[in-house]
This record gives sequence, C-alpha cells and structure tokens, in this order.
Amino acid sequence: MLSIIWAAFLALSLVCGAASGRLADVTAAVGTGASEAVTLAIGIAGVMAFWSGMMELLRASGLAEKLAWLLQPVLRPLFGSAAADRQAMEAVSANVTANLLGLSNAATPLGLRAADRLYALAGRRGAPDPVLTLLTLNATSIQLIPSTVAAVRTACGAQAPFDIMLPVWGASAASVAAVLFCGRLLRPVFPDEK
Amino acid sequence: MPMQLIQNALIPTLLAVIVIYAVYKRVDVFPTFLRGAKLGLRTAVDILPTMIGMLTAVYMLRASGAVDLAAAALAPLYQMLGIPSECTALTLLKPISGGGGLAIGSEIMQRCGPDSYAGRVAAVMLGASETSLYTLSIYSGHLGLRRTRYAVLAALCADVTAFIVSAALVRIYFPFV
Repeated sequence: MLSIIWAAFLALSLVCGAASGRLADVTAAVGTGASEAVTLAIGIAGVMAFWSGMMELLRASGLAEKLAWLLQPVLRPLFGSAAADRQAMEAVSANVTANLLGLSNAATPLGLRAADRLYALAGRRGAPDPVLTLLTLNATSIQLIPSTVAAVRTACGAQAPFDIMLPVWGASAASVAAVLFCGRLLRPVFPDEK
Repeated sequence: MPMQLIQNALIPTLLAVIVIYAVYKRVDVFPTFLRGAKLGLRTAVDILPTMIGMLTAVYMLRASGAVDLAAAALAPLYQMLGIPSECTALTLLKPISGGGGLAIGSEIMQRCGPDSYAGRVAAVMLGASETSLYTLSIYSGHLGLRRTRYAVLAALCADVTAFIVSAALVRIYFPFV
C-alpha cells in the first residue's frame, strides 16, 4: 500500500513538474527534502527521548498500572459481553493506557494481545463487535502528552511548543466519540456473519 | 487569565508529580529515566529512514505543484469544513502513514511558521489523529479477519472529525493568529 503511494508521489512529481515547467525545482527538492529530514529527526530526538524517559518513570513507579485499573470501569461498557472476562479487560486497559501515555513501542503488542483474547472469546470467527471496538479505538489518537508534535514545533522554533495541548485533547476526544458513535450506529447495517 | 496559568503550569507540574511519585515509590529515578530516554532515542533513529523517504517525496511533490493542485481541487469541500487548504495533503496522507503525516505536517509548520494558523492546525491534526487505516490493517492482518464490517468507515469518520474539530478549536483557542 505505502509502496504504491510512495511510487505514485515520485511519478506525480515528474509529471506535474514537467507540466508546470518546474523540473529544476523538483530536482532541487530532492536534496533539500532528504537533508531536511535529517535536520528534523535530530531536532525532535531530544524532546522525544526526554518524554520517553519520563514515561518510563511512570511505568516503573506503578502509576501506569494504577491508571489502567482506573480506566477499566470506563472501558467495560464499550465491550458488551466481553467485559465480564478479566483477562480481556486487563489487556484492553493496558493497551489504552499505553496509548494514553504515548508508549507506542508497548501499545501495539499489548493491543494485539487484547485483540487475540477478545477474538478467542467470540469463537475466532467473523468480525465480532468487541474486537472491532478495540480496533477502531486504536485507530484514534488518545495521547495525553503530544510529545512528538511538541518536538516538531520546538524544532521549528515555536514560542510555546506545548500550547496546542488543549485543542489536541479536544479534537482527540471528539474523534474517539465519533468512532464509538459511528461503530454503534453502523453495527446493524453491517451484520456479523453467523 | 486562568487558562494561561493552567497551560503554563501543566508540563512542569506533570514532570514534578511523575518524578516525586517515582521517588516516593523508591524507584531509582535517573537510571530508569535513562532507560526510557534510550528507547525514545531509538524511536527517533528508527523513523529517520521513513522521514528521509517521505519528506523528500513531499518536498518534490510540493515543488512540482502537485500539492497545490490537490489543494485547489478540494478547496470548495475543505472550505466548507473549515480546514485550511495548506493542510489538505496532511489530511490525505495521515490515515495511511504516520511518517508521511509527520513529514507533511513539519513541512507545513516550517513553511507557514509553527505559530501560524495553518501551522497550528497541522500540529493539532497530527496530535489528534492516528494512522487509522494502517493500524486497522495491522490488527486485522494479525487476527486474520476476512471482513472488518464497519471498521474502516468508523475509523475514517474519526479522522474527519479529528481534522474538522482541530481546525475549529485552533480558530477558537488562538483567536489572534
């Protein structure tokens, strides 16, 4: 998928560049783009590493676990009959907590484990609603500290890199609400195979 | 202004609470911090090749005029949704590629300025949305799902919501830019 898009980008650059007579600019962009990527990655590495270190402290001190425990009652109503299964709900809340804290290295394996458990509970067939709820929830962003974005803003010389935090929370919350609402609404439209 | 105070106090408070709680729980804080920082540094290094590939492609697309062409084609729709046309390409790429989204987003912040309206909208969009379609493909591939029913539709609905609300909230929250 990504390979096709990337190839299309390069092909499109040639076609559009030739059509608009800007091939010289396109050529120059090869150098600027590649070196800019390195500048950016170095620029954001510091802030990213710092927050990753802080989140490791959160994990080691047991605060992350506590957060996961607090989240369970909030998450339970979303998972219907699967909510009765302790193992499933522990995995789900561990996944959501990792997402909240921006522990992207940990969130995916935890999420896959939770998905496995939910799928097994439903007899490993079709596309059961609890599994899809977990999938679509992971397709939204629920990060408390948008550290990568703040890092990019820092690298670009923003005055207050974190001042976008409240709008980020608002937009995130709206998208989580949208995904849950849409999921509920569309369930009867796309019935699961029996 | 209480909003301003909350905003300024948020990060330092958070950092202090995390560290003090860890000390209270008898965590050896600095080595633990270093372990996490090393992981974060590795993440930054790991995304470097993606960023080189994506940012170069984005810069080439931008130079060729293709990005402006797409923005112009979608302008009526995006205007209706209140999304700045500078962020058009970001909304198209982010659901598929996190590195690509970051590449376009940082290009917008660099070109328009990180504290400009478009730059801020790009930042909020990046923070408030996930690489939704990519994530769905990872999970459904792992489970071996043959159909995902409404998952793609719901995820796209979440993306569109995140983008529209991002633009709206930046307008409300930063009235002076």
